[in-house]
Amino acid sequence: MAASYNNTIAVAMSGGVDSSAVAAMLRAEGYDLIGLTLQLWNQRRLAGREGMPEHVQGRCCSIDDVYDARRVAEQLGIPYYLVNEQARFERDVVKPFVAEYLAGRTPIPCSLCNNHLKFDQLLQTARQIGADRIATGHYARNAYDPVRKRWILTRPTDRAKDQTYFLFGLTQEQLSRTLFPLGSYAKPEVREMAARAGLALARKPDSQEICFILGGDYKQFIEAYLEEQEEEMPATAGELVSTGGEVLGEHAGIHNFTVGQRKGLGLSGPSPLYVLQIDSEAHRVTVGTEEELLRERFYATRLNWISLDPEQVASTKEPVRVLAKIRHRHEPAAATVRWSGKDLVEVVFDTPQRAVTPGQSAVFYQGDEVAGGGWIE
Amino acid sequence: MRRVYMDANATTPLLPEVFEAMRPYFLEQFGNASSIHQHGQQARAAVEQAREQVAALVGSRPAEIVFTSGATESDNLALFGMMVEPGAHLVTTSIEHHAVLHAAEQLAERGFALTVVPVSAEGVVDPEDVRRALRPETRLISVMMANNETGAIQPVAEIGRIAAEADVYFHVDAVQAAGKLRMDVKELGCDLLSLSAHKLHGPQGAGALYVRRGTRLAPLFYGGLHERQRRAGTENVAGLVGFGAAAGMARAAVTDGSMQRVAAMRDRLEAGLLRAIEEAGVNGPTLPGARTPNTTNLWFDHLEGEALVIALDLKGLAVSGGSACASGATEPSHVLLAMGVSDPRARASLRFSLSRLNTDEDVDRALSLVPASVARLRALSPVYVPAQAAGEQPGI
Repeated sequence: MAASYNNTIAVAMSGGVDSSAVAAMLRAEGYDLIGLTLQLWNQRRLAGREGMPEHVQGRCCSIDDVYDARRVAEQLGIPYYLVNEQARFERDVVKPFVAEYLAGRTPIPCSLCNNHLKFDQLLQTARQIGADRIATGHYARNAYDPVRKRWILTRPTDRAKDQTYFLFGLTQEQLSRTLFPLGSYAKPEVREMAARAGLALARKPDSQEICFILGGDYKQFIEAYLEEQEEEMPATAGELVSTGGEVLGEHAGIHNFTVGQRKGLGLSGPSPLYVLQIDSEAHRVTVGTEEELLRERFYATRLNWISLDPEQVASTKEPVRVLAKIRHRHEPAAATVRWSGKDLVEVVFDTPQRAVTPGQSAVFYQGDEVAGGGWIE
Repeated sequence: MRRVYMDANATTPLLPEVFEAMRPYFLEQFGNASSIHQHGQQARAAVEQAREQVAALVGSRPAEIVFTSGATESDNLALFGMMVEPGAHLVTTSIEHHAVLHAAEQLAERGFALTVVPVSAEGVVDPEDVRRALRPETRLISVMMANNETGAIQPVAEIGRIAAEADVYFHVDAVQAAGKLRMDVKELGCDLLSLSAHKLHGPQGAGALYVRRGTRLAPLFYGGLHERQRRAGTENVAGLVGFGAAAGMARAAVTDGSMQRVAAMRDRLEAGLLRAIEEAGVNGPTLPGARTPNTTNLWFDHLEGEALVIALDLKGLAVSGGSACASGATEPSHVLLAMGVSDPRARASLRFSLSRLNTDEDVDRALSLVPASVARLRALSPVYVPAQAAGEQPGI
């Protein structure tokens, strides 16, 4: 149902080039815009704790970025507001992020943020203040297919910027109320549009790291956060073992590892060694060669279906051919998805893939379309 | 779009008469009040006239008025100016403005002793709690006259008597009371009292600290010998002239019935909103005379006050909720939390603060906008179940 929505759109503005360009584009198209910035995390909270930067500036959610977003809104002549979602962000993104690492898994906070904050809370706030739809600066495309009667999420023109991997959790309702105006543009074109609109931040560098982790060291973040929460770091020190069970060394805690990791093992051998598996019960980290890192199959749960109709999927239980992408920088690989239980699928690659990592998501593509996805068990 | 402004406790519109009084001091009368030539003398005369007008507002001698850049500076000057001797003890309350609370916390970090007295569920401090907090080394008590969030009037005269008995200095933050309540520094028994121009239809960037004659106060700034060596820095002449003019008009407004008219508008607004909106109520005291005449702080359960403020602003009604953090996002009010209001309810609270420039039409407009916006927010909230629906009996 391509329902009729009002002309008011809330633009999620981060203070970066992409979302600023979105605001400028939609303004030029004649929409009534409301600029909103989610205040997600106080960058000063952990500043100065051990291993954390003393002074903070210039990163996502920082006061500087808010000033940038506000300046863009002023320049475009649109109302602009900050929405304080720090409590929700901490509950739904930061705490699960820490808990996942402590359980020996490798989380993706961006997907959690999209599912819980950007396309849930933000959309709700937008609707409450009178905007039927939101627009974001994500590189993705969405459109309603009247034949399948479903909203379809599609990879963008600029493959290097493709963010569909982080968007597989969107519901049909959320997709129907979201505009991704950058889906058909390349990043240089977006910078060009921002420059043409006279936005001073057209040359601002892209953000890369996880927005709430300054300097990018997640281990120090976890330690500083637990200290602030007055929680003990769980004692998960243990053994580094080979696939044959031979003890090769010791480690200081399972949260220091991610599957596929090579650096920081403290081991030397004839060939490079990689983390293969993290046993959160026994605190045992199994290492092995690059070849041993290859996996043919895995399970995924907490599934969401986009182009595939979940009811049809559930009733037929036919295996589905897809291209499965198992981390942000992974080139999707041919695989078969088999139903293996309620909210559980088995994914079998045609060719074994490197470093299937629990905690990451697996997104299933058919052509350029996102069929659906889930979280790797 | 017709815009209605109901956020007078944040700032008030400058009165045209005040602006006209200030205008010459931006243009031809540009002198520095410290200069000996005619330009300077004209500026000096203007500053001293303003000092008399502000003194008249609070019943002090003109020489007891120290002009500052605003209430934050006045509060800081009072606290840092009095808390000098190492080991001295400061008593204040949990509902003070951040200009007092954060200054007090900084003093505590520097090694001074600090007691923060709690308040009742209505947001009123008990003078006996202040008395019990006193110690031999207590140097200063700082209590606001009226709270900015709820309007709750504090028993400052009683605390003044307690301070006098204990021979402790007493600072009153009267920023939200000036121009709304009658005040006299002698009746209050205070040694220091903070004022702000822009809360009473004067300009932003001008304030004052009343300093009772004989009170020794360390300056915050070092420089020239301005303000009897209590506040260095060239006077903001135009701003102070505006402050003086606004003080004169505010003094009249307290006695000429203007504030009763504001109270009547506030009461009609409050009663109308509570009639139209389920699961809503007042934060703070409601008895006549227990709060400033212009303020009502209302909770509307099952919504985010922040979103309601935005929704109302987009419809042309300016109100506020909570306090702004560094970036400008809203934090729940520390005042409501100190009163024991739950976090969700504090987040669901809005402050309406009127001034004598508001009209009955403004109240009508708010009465039509707010219930509709509350209903929309609640309808789109995933957790809200209307009270009637939840209480409905099956089969009826």
